[in-house]
Amino acid sequence: MSGSLLLRRLVQAVPTLFGVSVVVFVLVRVVPGNPIAMMLPPGASLEDMERLRQAYGLDGSIVEQYVIWLGQALQGSFGTSISLRQDVLELVLGRLPATLELAVLATIMAVTVGVLAATVGILFRGRWPETLIDAINGFTLAVPDFIWALALILVFGVLLPVLPISGRVDPRLGTEFATGFYLIEALVSVRFTVVGDLLAHMIMPAIALALPLAAIITRVLKNSLAEAMAQDYVMIARVKGFSRWRIIWVEALRNASIPALTLTGVQFTFLVGGTVLVEKIFSYPGIGNMAIDAVINRDLPLIQGLILSFAVIFIVVNLLVDLSYGLLNPRLRT
Amino acid sequence: MTGARLNWRIVVGGGALLVLALIAIAAPLLAPVDPLEQDLFLELLPPWWQADADPTRALGADSLGRDVLSRLIHAARPALIVAVVAGVLTMLLGTALGLLAGYMGGMIDVVISRMVDIWTSFPPVLLAIMLVALIGTGLHSVIIAIVLIDWTRFCRVVRSETLAQTEMEYIDAAVIGGLKRGAILFREVLPNVLPLVIVLLTLEMSIAIIVEAILSFVGLSVSSDSPTWGGMIAEGRQVIHQAWWVMAFPMGLILIAVLALNLLGDGLKTALDPVLRR
Amino acid sequence: MNPVLDIRDLRVSLRRGAHLVRDVSLSVDAGEVHGLVGESGAGKTMIARAVLGILPDAIRVTGGTVRFRGEDLLRLPPKRLRSLLGREIALIPQDPLTGLNPARRISAQMTDMLRHHLGQSRGEARVNALRLLQEVQIRDPEQVLDRYPHELSGGMRQRVLIAIAFSAEPSLIVADEPTTALDVTVQKQILRLIRQMQERHGTAVLFVTHDLGIVAKVCHRVTVLHTGQVVEQGGIADIMSAHATPFTRALMDATPRYDQPADALHPVPEHVHQELRAAARRFDEANP
Repeated sequence: MSGSLLLRRLVQAVPTLFGVSVVVFVLVRVVPGNPIAMMLPPGASLEDMERLRQAYGLDGSIVEQYVIWLGQALQGSFGTSISLRQDVLELVLGRLPATLELAVLATIMAVTVGVLAATVGILFRGRWPETLIDAINGFTLAVPDFIWALALILVFGVLLPVLPISGRVDPRLGTEFATGFYLIEALVSVRFTVVGDLLAHMIMPAIALALPLAAIITRVLKNSLAEAMAQDYVMIARVKGFSRWRIIWVEALRNASIPALTLTGVQFTFLVGGTVLVEKIFSYPGIGNMAIDAVINRDLPLIQGLILSFAVIFIVVNLLVDLSYGLLNPRLRT
Repeated sequence: MTGARLNWRIVVGGGALLVLALIAIAAPLLAPVDPLEQDLFLELLPPWWQADADPTRALGADSLGRDVLSRLIHAARPALIVAVVAGVLTMLLGTALGLLAGYMGGMIDVVISRMVDIWTSFPPVLLAIMLVALIGTGLHSVIIAIVLIDWTRFCRVVRSETLAQTEMEYIDAAVIGGLKRGAILFREVLPNVLPLVIVLLTLEMSIAIIVEAILSFVGLSVSSDSPTWGGMIAEGRQVIHQAWWVMAFPMGLILIAVLALNLLGDGLKTALDPVLRR
Repeated sequence: MNPVLDIRDLRVSLRRGAHLVRDVSLSVDAGEVHGLVGESGAGKTMIARAVLGILPDAIRVTGGTVRFRGEDLLRLPPKRLRSLLGREIALIPQDPLTGLNPARRISAQMTDMLRHHLGQSRGEARVNALRLLQEVQIRDPEQVLDRYPHELSGGMRQRVLIAIAFSAEPSLIVADEPTTALDVTVQKQILRLIRQMQERHGTAVLFVTHDLGIVAKVCHRVTVLHTGQVVEQGGIADIMSAHATPFTRALMDATPRYDQPADALHPVPEHVHQELRAAARRFDEANP
């Protein structure tokens, strides 16, 4: 299946990306405000302005501008950032690994906590551990990642100063990295001090991102586990003499995880969206932090590049989720 | 026993909100000092329980020497305005589009549903920041941004509920009884989706408070002079090592407001659920 | 001879208090097929589930004993009970379509119990699973082992479930309406298979069914239930004779038979039901 399905999904992604690029392009341009004027020192002449407009491809009609932009984008050139005066693609690719590492770490944490909480809740059905899990869950769902991030900073960064509250790696370590994937690189090259420092920087933003997701996974997985536990094959597993714990993990979890997986895929979108703010709060050098600055500076080429890279991430994640259905549900494989 | 539980939620949640609303309305009377008054001698003054506190500044002062308590009280106003206005407007827009899509079906439904799909594929926080950056800062833009982003939440729920309701038999009975389509929509369908919409409204109001806080944290809400909880958090974040309380108090208030709204929503959900009510 | 399963005065009730099984006693000897017959709601499935310890949450045993080779299953520590289940006591379920886990291969579902209870290695267990599939007359057992449940027909799945039930050589099998969900043609094959396997392995079977016709074909002894009470109990020949109680006779008249047209069926007369319900009420008044 995989080959043709993969191809079909990739083809489907093209119009989505095209749509996103058009929407962003138009949205960014129809509104009033002149980014060029913001770049120039006060007292610059109209000629200076016109020259800059040409330099950034901002003269001509919006359709013309889009065609030019698209043509260049297809060749891998997304223009030059107005505020940072660097190539957009380079800027985005330079920051992307930081965000990906953070998002993946947060997702792993959320899934681990969510699966554990859901299975323990089902194991102790109707007893106090389940009540406790439900109560914590309700609270976690109500509090947004924004507040979690600040509360973490306050508690573990200031009141009990055990963790760094900003940045990605301590510059005093003086570590040089060959790629943007610091954590993976440090792990591969077995530099444990560096790994520890990277994790210390990532742990709080990752928790802030993971908590709401973990709560949602717990809720959905617990419901579908409860449903699966009422199935005949679970009863048969009990009659086979297996323990409740084993039954939950071996018999029920795989069947129950499909709705939770769908949800994790959808929620990953929100998680990546959440990185925008959490990165800002923790001064973490990822594309989210960059996106806020780009928006505030009205850096049109950079905004476009960033939004498109968000769109690509969503498409890839949804693709991965679709593909993993087959692993969980043998009926979808044929 | 269910009655007692729902009472507890509605009373605690609603009560906390009422107190916050009263604080916002009576802000000029309650605030001990002018929230904009700067006094550089009081810079980063600690709250009352710490040594060298000033009794006239119960919760201390921020980096410009402004009174934290007075700013907190005044900042309840923009939060409340955004929660109510953005919440209600979002509800109206989303519900109207949802009813339209669910009840009319056909092309209208296709167009609206497709819009919902496109909308929800953007990360909402980024979309909000982008919209406000484009429309310009200020309370109006914050409200517009929330409405433009979050109408999908109501639309989606109301649409599917309307579809479910219109398939039920009593609608057929009403059509046979000679009611016009519009009349059916308002007399038969709307009352049935209303409980759901009210519960969603409490959720939306808590989201509005958070979005306002986020936008003022990023510096895109009202001007940085007039106090907002989010703005205070942003200022507090700068001086967190010297004066953690500048950030902690507004955070606490946002948390209380959000939890109260969630509690109220939960309570209303059980209280308004027609199945449980009967 | 000591019975394999000895149920004494078993009482099963809803948590709210209503009785579902009213002091039922029955015993199953080694190698015997004991039919548990009754209409739906008579309590037969509740008895089967009480034996296996899988009653629904809202239902519990409120009295009596269920002795398996002398050990009271109702009072065993959970760990000891789990070591008996699957190993010494097994189940053939009603619905083969939902009895197998859709996400696991047949091989995994057949071998997990062999490895768990008999400590067999992966390879040993697979060889035994293969032999069992051959024994329940499945063609291409090698291929079937690597399939998922949805790739097999209902009859095949029931054969797999029978193979699983017999796999650890248990001394008692509870068969809960094992043919109800199957086509009539498949039903006969499955009945014959259960009977063959039971004879070959000398397994005692508690056979739950609503169909007296099936009982007549496979059972040695029968317990007839109505409203959770024993109406009649005895050898198959006695039950089928003219001496049977009015309810059993009526139940027999209500059972479809191949040699009679369908319109010769008579539903159980209402007055027979009413007498038995009155008896149940008297029991409930005496045992609140």
